[in-house]
Amino acid sequence: MISAQRLSKHYGDFRAVDGISFDVPAGEAFGLLGPNGAGKSTTMRMIGGVSQRTSGQLTIMGLDPEEHGPEVRAHLGVVPQQDNLDEELRVRDNLIVYGRYFGLPMSYLGPKADELLEFAQLTDKASAKVDALSGGMKRRLTIARSLINEPRILLLDEPTTGLDPQARHILWDRLFRLKEAGVTLILTTHYMDEAEQLCDRLVVVDKGQIMAEGSPAQLIRDHSTREVLELRFGSERNTTVAAELQGIGERLEPLPDRVLIYARDGEAALEEVSARGLKPLTSLVRRSSLEDVFLRLTGRSLVD
Amino acid sequence: MTTGFPGRELRLEGSTRPLAALYSRNAKAVIARGLLATRSSNGLVLVSGFFEPVLYLLSMGIGLGALVGELDGPDGRPISYAAYIAPALLAVSAMNGAVYDSTWNVFFKMNFAKLYQGMLYTSLGPLDVAIGEIFLALLRGALYATGFTTVMALMGLLTTPVALLMIPVSVVIAFGFASFGMAITSFMKTFQQMEWVNFVMLPMFLFSATFYPLSVYPQGIQWFIQALPLWHGVELLRQISVASFGPATLIHLGYFVIMIAVGMLLTTLRLRKLFLK
Ligand SMILES: Nc1ncnc2c1ncn2[C@@H]1O[C@H](COP(=O)(O)OP(=O)(O)OP(=O)(O)O)[C@@H](O)[C@H]1O
Ligand SMILES: [Mg+2]
Repeated sequence: MISAQRLSKHYGDFRAVDGISFDVPAGEAFGLLGPNGAGKSTTMRMIGGVSQRTSGQLTIMGLDPEEHGPEVRAHLGVVPQQDNLDEELRVRDNLIVYGRYFGLPMSYLGPKADELLEFAQLTDKASAKVDALSGGMKRRLTIARSLINEPRILLLDEPTTGLDPQARHILWDRLFRLKEAGVTLILTTHYMDEAEQLCDRLVVVDKGQIMAEGSPAQLIRDHSTREVLELRFGSERNTTVAAELQGIGERLEPLPDRVLIYARDGEAALEEVSARGLKPLTSLVRRSSLEDVFLRLTGRSLVD
Repeated sequence: MTTGFPGRELRLEGSTRPLAALYSRNAKAVIARGLLATRSSNGLVLVSGFFEPVLYLLSMGIGLGALVGELDGPDGRPISYAAYIAPALLAVSAMNGAVYDSTWNVFFKMNFAKLYQGMLYTSLGPLDVAIGEIFLALLRGALYATGFTTVMALMGLLTTPVALLMIPVSVVIAFGFASFGMAITSFMKTFQQMEWVNFVMLPMFLFSATFYPLSVYPQGIQWFIQALPLWHGVELLRQISVASFGPATLIHLGYFVIMIAVGMLLTTLRLRKLFLK
């Protein structure tokens, strides 16, 4: 459905997206992970055809979104990182008018808008002004709006930022069902649990380049150990004690608030820590997660 | 809920229609949105746009008119000072409204309200948005022109039914300014640069034979003013107001036809710069 080859976007000398390539088949949930400023939103905007690429190839459903923007976007649903609701219109009108932009008839839009208001749990706010909505409600309305044209591809740029846990689970459920129905999902998120739950496959992007690609399980296997030992020595000591921990496990990651020891067997690593006479305030052995992969691939710049 | 797609690749045909990248023939959705938004706003903006030229006409036409007395009209016959400046004020109001809508308003909706970002994520292309917005600006201009012409009639400044043609012609004048304004906005990046728009418009308003005949200026300055669009608008409406037509009328009208054509061409060429970052 989507194919990008050496896709780049430069702002002046700055390379926001620097030659990334990926293919997304129909019906896949594809995640873009990466630290702030990695180029995720920029990539999303190029897919939507609202940002012109500097170089590289991009085809969506066989077409170049720059040459066939209106045709491509007819099948696209977009949740931008920042809500861009129409503040001059009421809540329900936001959905109706947005549907009109797609050239959809009123007979379809009326019932569809009501269904989406129900999904966004905004039925009783239907005739409220957008200003009067809370941040999370606006987010829900933006998400509902993206579904008005029953898109084949859904671009979700940090869709759940600002949502309460209940709303987040309602959205996850909806996204699962859309995926079952064959909708292709492109998702960015800073919540690793979300990426792990929703994405079939993901890429980790940093400084406009792809650092790793694969399914969540595959990435964990390739870039982390089976278990992680988390130790807290108190904020002053975490970094100084790191030197004394050298050699335990396969890799050591001192973070500001804790030290992570990557090891196949976390309990064994903990025993070795005690054997060296070190007494952490707290210790925890857990399974490796996507967050560990993310920190490994992109997080070190925060520490160095 | 969803109809369900069989999970297979969708390949789109790819229209070969000209402008397919920029235009989806759905400017009417942008217009419908504008009307809905106006209906739910308080309408104060609409009212102020109507009163501004009317207040100028009342204060200067009656106040200054008492001092100035009568002037030679376009056909050589003397007319009251109010009747002299009224068509000029109509041209100025057409210019101001169109320029405001196509520059400040577009700039704001683009960069601050993010309205266009939302629109451009749909099937709409930038040309749909541009046409829709220009149409809305012209519709508002037509309303103001009708209101102003009614005031002229009430003040006894209309001597011929031909003068009603001022309404559609002021829409043409507005179109010229709006199409150019949008092209110019595509070059603007900051609010400071937008201030230049006012910097150009104010002197044009004051010196384009609005309040006194062009003949008071030396020849060189006359030529300069005659090159500016507002002077053509003022002269055109002034001639229509007393039904005095000549070859110059066609030149004035032609000026705006060319201005619209060039402005729309430029706007279309600049659409990607204006709307796609
Ligand atoms: N219009 C612009 N002009 C100049 N630089 C820009 C522009 N838009 C984005 N950038 C830069 O491009 C880089 C990538 O931005 P982008 O918004 O794609 O990041 P992101 O991965 O979405 O980050 P976040 O997680 O914070 O949303 C950033 O360094 C940003 O400063
Ligand atoms: Mg982003």
